[in-house]
Amino acid sequence: MFANLRLLIRYRPLIQSLAARELKARYRGSLLGFFWSFVNPLLLLLIYSFVFTVVLPGTRPEGYEPYALFMLCGLLPWTWFSSSLLESSNALITGGNLIKKVLFPAEILPITTVLANLAHFCLGLPILAVFLIYYGTTVSFFELLWFPIIVVVQLLLTLGLAFIVSALTVYFRDVRDLLMNLLTLWFFLTPIIYPASMAPPWAQTILNLNPFTHLAISYQEVLFRPGPFHEVWRLAIVGGISVLVFLIGYFIFDRLRDTLADEI
Amino acid sequence: MTAIQIHEVSKAYRRFSRRRKFATLKSALLSRTLLRDLRVNEGFEALKGVSFDVETGRSVGIIGRNGSGKSTLLKLIAGIGKPTMGKVRVNGRISALIELGAGFHPEISGRENIFINGMMLGLSRREIASQLDAIVAFAELEDFIDAPVKTYSSGMYMRLGFSVAIHVDPDILLVDEVLAVGDEAFTHKCLDKFSEFRRRGKTIVLVTHSLDLIERLCDEAIWLDQGLVKAQGNPRRVVDAYRLDVARVEDQQLIATKKSPPTVTDDTPEDDVEHETEDEAGPGRWGSREVEILDVQLLGRDGQIQKVFETGDQMEIRLRVRPSYPMTDFAFGIGIFNAEGVSCYGTNTQIEGVKLGELHSEADVSFIINSLDLVAGTYMVDVAVHRQNGAPYDYHHHLYTCRVTSQVNDVGIFRPRHRWSFTGGVKMTLGNETSQNKPEEQKTLESSDTE
Repeated sequence: MFANLRLLIRYRPLIQSLAARELKARYRGSLLGFFWSFVNPLLLLLIYSFVFTVVLPGTRPEGYEPYALFMLCGLLPWTWFSSSLLESSNALITGGNLIKKVLFPAEILPITTVLANLAHFCLGLPILAVFLIYYGTTVSFFELLWFPIIVVVQLLLTLGLAFIVSALTVYFRDVRDLLMNLLTLWFFLTPIIYPASMAPPWAQTILNLNPFTHLAISYQEVLFRPGPFHEVWRLAIVGGISVLVFLIGYFIFDRLRDTLADEI
Repeated sequence: MTAIQIHEVSKAYRRFSRRRKFATLKSALLSRTLLRDLRVNEGFEALKGVSFDVETGRSVGIIGRNGSGKSTLLKLIAGIGKPTMGKVRVNGRISALIELGAGFHPEISGRENIFINGMMLGLSRREIASQLDAIVAFAELEDFIDAPVKTYSSGMYMRLGFSVAIHVDPDILLVDEVLAVGDEAFTHKCLDKFSEFRRRGKTIVLVTHSLDLIERLCDEAIWLDQGLVKAQGNPRRVVDAYRLDVARVEDQQLIATKKSPPTVTDDTPEDDVEHETEDEAGPGRWGSREVEILDVQLLGRDGQIQKVFETGDQMEIRLRVRPSYPMTDFAFGIGIFNAEGVSCYGTNTQIEGVKLGELHSEADVSFIINSLDLVAGTYMVDVAVHRQNGAPYDYHHHLYTCRVTSQVNDVGIFRPRHRWSFTGGVKMTLGNETSQNKPEEQKTLESSDTE
């Protein structure tokens, strides 16, 4: 298993090119091109803002203004996470031709998917910067140093889950449909459009079991809440869990690898 | 040195039996067979213990019917998939031309696809950059290389795929039935490239149905049959054995699938007329059935039912007919059509002025072709009994098929008896330096001349 992981390093240029290809190909032929990377999260934000100001006025919790910025802190990473998983569930099947006809480590496909979505996430960051500047939020430089660390933790978690999802989908196509609903549930079980503190105590327990809760809170801590980064422990634990998920995910993928070509 | 060692290799594919067919995550979880189901346990064996070695620098051709395990074997050598049992050992860098252009992305340019495809095949970015011009030139795509691949014709696509794969500069080249890409000129270029590979001492494993190619390119042939090596060795010998076997099986199949004429109905003729208008477009049989063709057989020289004829063989078409009342207004006809439905020959007793008086009871009618001078191919036979004005009693359209085989790859429909003759400044050679001049061809020419 670790030998295979090392082998991946040799394929780094291929992964890069594939991820770049993914990005290029996605918006080929669309009018706005890669501007969709900006527009998509903005539209999503607009929808939620509409819900919380027009449809459900007065439900906005106090102490979380500007609320749009608060939501954006969680929405952007969530979009990366959820679209990575959804696309990975298809990655091996759409790339089936490769696995069946070319000798090539299959895990490159989910990795590429996750990385391409990471690139999208990064392209969405300027919007966040614009919001930060617009609202005059001050983020200290030292606090911002935590940001890439959170991204790395999320990357490991997403990769681990992407391995599991992509390999299992080959054997059980229902994973895809299951995943779609699971992700919706997961979204609402993560304090993204509401602050964690608003949840009643019993729900807090559930939220705490959800690793993405801690990621979302970490992002909010860095970008939204003033003051230094308080959540080092939280991040350390979720980091440990992410490493574990990554290893387990890769282990499962590695176990299933030999029969993948026969099953697609 | 041995380039490829195949030792007792078996490969089983999971057969989707009833139990497995609708297996979903839920059912697997419920029956707690999730892990067990993910293991290969039972199934269809594509290869059943195949062993052979390929020495470095040899070219080996693998032949066999569809489903005999050729492609599976090639994939195992390429390392795509693992054998269920046994060992595959390979020395050297492999390039597998199993599916050309697998992994091209339609939306991005040919140039970008070359890079990605090349990297998948194990080249570094720099290696590809240095080969880029050669790859593009070989694929003859200089003008289109920056256009997205989705705008390519299928030939262009294949050429690009082939070109990338061949420029990987492998020690072992695996080729699966991919020579049918592009036009004649490109095929020649591919073959030249193969020859170059051979000269440079590379190992080639070629899977193809084009038996001529095996004889021309390979040092050795392996005939796979139902997952087992049936013959191995000199390509000429193996290919010939394979050809014979194919002809034998074809013969059996054609006899087995011979379409039996529709069942005889005891309806009155009036009813029949109504009936016929219905199925006129359907099965190839119509007519008033006042005379019925009960049976049609194609027979060889020895009087045995036969479906595969060598060109120049004798063929007899024998019909068994039964009139519903004694009659004098009747004629028999036959027609031969090739696979495209082009009429090769047609005649009837009336055209030929055969004097027939009365048909009063069941009879056999034979149409004997002394020498079936047709080129190789599948032919369909029409037979009919009709009035002298052409109104059919019973017409069987394209209901009978036969195959004509030939040692010579001549083209067209009709193969007239012929010979070549040369005078003046033409010198004949006796060796088989020119691959076109096979000994059999000369033999058949002679034999058909002497007949």
